[in-house]
Amino acid sequence: MKHVLENVESQFEMFQILNEDGKIVNKDDMPDLSDEDLKEIMRRMVYTRILDQRSIALNRQGRLGFYAPTAGQEASQLGSQFALEQEDFILPGYRDVPQLIWQGLPLYQAFLFSKGHFHGNQFPEKLHALSPQIIIGAQYVQTAGVALGFKKRGKKNVAITYTGDGGTSQGDFYEGINFAGAYKAPAIFIVQNNRFAISVPVEKQTNSKTLAQKSVAAGIEGIQVDGMDVLAVYAATKDARDRAINGDGPTLIETLTYRFGPHTMSGDDPTRYRTEELDNEWAKKDPLVRFRKFLEGKKLWSEEDENKVIDEAKDDIKKAIKQAEEQPKQKVTDLIGNMYEELPSNLQEQMEIYKEKESK
Amino acid sequence: MAQMTMIQAITDAMRTELKNDENVLVFGEDVGQNGGVFRATEGLQDEFGEDRVFDTPLAESGIGGLAIGLALQGFRPVPEIQFFGFVYEVMDSISGQMARLRYRSGGHHTAPITVRAPFGGGVHTPEMHADSLEGLMAQQPGLKVVIPSTPYEAKGLLISAIRDNDPVIFLEHMKLYRSFRGEVPEEEYTVEIGKADVKREGKDVTLIAYGAMVHASLKAAEELEKDGVDAEVIDLRTVSPIDYETVLESVKKTGRAVVIQEAQRQAGVAANVMAEIQEKAILHLEAPVLRVAAPDTVYAFSDAEEVWLPNHSDIVEKVNAVMNF
Ligand SMILES: Cc1ncc(C[n+]2csc(CCOP(=O)(O)OP(=O)(O)O)c2C)c(N)n1
Repeated sequence: MKHVLENVESQFEMFQILNEDGKIVNKDDMPDLSDEDLKEIMRRMVYTRILDQRSIALNRQGRLGFYAPTAGQEASQLGSQFALEQEDFILPGYRDVPQLIWQGLPLYQAFLFSKGHFHGNQFPEKLHALSPQIIIGAQYVQTAGVALGFKKRGKKNVAITYTGDGGTSQGDFYEGINFAGAYKAPAIFIVQNNRFAISVPVEKQTNSKTLAQKSVAAGIEGIQVDGMDVLAVYAATKDARDRAINGDGPTLIETLTYRFGPHTMSGDDPTRYRTEELDNEWAKKDPLVRFRKFLEGKKLWSEEDENKVIDEAKDDIKKAIKQAEEQPKQKVTDLIGNMYEELPSNLQEQMEIYKEKESK
Repeated sequence: MAQMTMIQAITDAMRTELKNDENVLVFGEDVGQNGGVFRATEGLQDEFGEDRVFDTPLAESGIGGLAIGLALQGFRPVPEIQFFGFVYEVMDSISGQMARLRYRSGGHHTAPITVRAPFGGGVHTPEMHADSLEGLMAQQPGLKVVIPSTPYEAKGLLISAIRDNDPVIFLEHMKLYRSFRGEVPEEEYTVEIGKADVKREGKDVTLIAYGAMVHASLKAAEELEKDGVDAEVIDLRTVSPIDYETVLESVKKTGRAVVIQEAQRQAGVAANVMAEIQEKAILHLEAPVLRVAAPDTVYAFSDAEEVWLPNHSDIVEKVNAVMNF
């Protein structure tokens, strides 16, 4: 009798290109990115960090609603998004607003989503994406469908989806990767393993040593990536995308990362479940620090560049929050109007009642 | 007597039953060390250990299935669904499986499970967290569905639910968790499942409500009193099975009724109550039975919750309509 678990698990080693000091440790896999691309990635990460800080402040002032902090996860989020084409389709989770923004979601709409306003979800034509999923796992099964759709239409595009370590416990997670595998559909499944699902550590989520190895049961490729290394995340996603559109099927990518902030801004207190030691250990892996060192070494980034991005971000945010606040408040008649193509009689009656109420 | 919020009363009920019966197990997402996202299980893991109070992996269908399996092993599971808006993930375990265990096995197996969950709206949660899905549960034969409106009842009803040998869905309105305190005895006591409570006596009209709408109804009743209308307010407390005896007795006395629910008009349990009244008491009625409910849309985006949710003014308006019929 042969017991294979240990063997299988040991195959999944963390893929890394830049170490914590910003030094290349894996020349062979260094992606083919121009200096402009490298600077653009840094610009996006800095901008997104500022956006996170400002969003937290705006939430505290009561000017934003639901918000799930992103600091720490920029490399996982933006490195993977940078590997996409505009026609690819994103199915994000609630923390994955930055990917949408860099794929073309206007900032003021991201703010409206946070405030709980449906206009935040009325995406521009060029953005092929769903609004952030709240039901954990739902996006994974849907991704198999979007990907199969691309395949049936003969498009050279991928569907990409995101969940967290906790999300891999849902049945939907397994169904999604299995369906996509069964159809060899062009899908990329990202798991941002930030070690905690609200308070529950990943060790309590599963007995698997890695989350990437869950791909084996579905018969698809899987890789564990240093999620604090933007080049590694980019390279892994690019490789997955190339194989997907080449007809080689889906990939599961686990990125090892950490959320520096609380789970959401709705009363979560990380000190109840995380130690300061662990926080400090991960702060050293900050994706911005590492990439900045790398770019500075190449003379591609300066304090001046950094300050320019910070100012740009702050300015954009100020304008966007103003625009979000100027959006007309939602009315019940708006909600009724969005229910069906043609209103059934019960809603027609209610529409009249609320129209009258709202006119007073 | 201690003054407690509803959430403290709920914790107290679980503590009481964890102490009373070693077969009681409390589990769910974040209920252990973290004490639950609303802190309903605060301190319970420290007090009773990880064997009795524990975190599960993140999967509602897993939680439901685990509860059934543990019940088959003689335990009394008290799983938490973090928000009842996620109940669709565990519908088969609840409505397909636990509700039918006794029936399918001719009484050989039972499911003494209490599924606890926060529900209702008005606290600006993100999409899909808030909703009033009690109607989905109430229409499933085999389940009991309990909705407390005060801290006192929350403790007594939850203890009854945990001791019940059939599955109970115990829904805790999020807005009531911390909005007020009430007297709660420190010792154990039970409140009977399936019994409504007359929260205010009156002779002109019967207001029938449950959950947060009980408080809106009481507020409406106060306002109506100023106009000389004396409203009786009934808190159903259990929406399956419904205590029609108390409802009918009141309606026969007042001759008028308004049924109030936070759920959409096409959802909830108001329609059942109205149907029963007209079947059993039509000759006592002075006016049609009216209802107050939310419009038939998906639960409102948080920015529009306040205008979407029914409130005491809507109740006053409907009461005036039945009074002036
Ligand atoms: C189906 C479902 N169950 C529970 C929740 C509540 N919830 C929101 S986030 C979360 C933890 C998610 O953790 P993880 O998947 O690791 O992602 P992270 O938040 O760390 O990015 C939980 C339990 C939900 N939104 N949906």
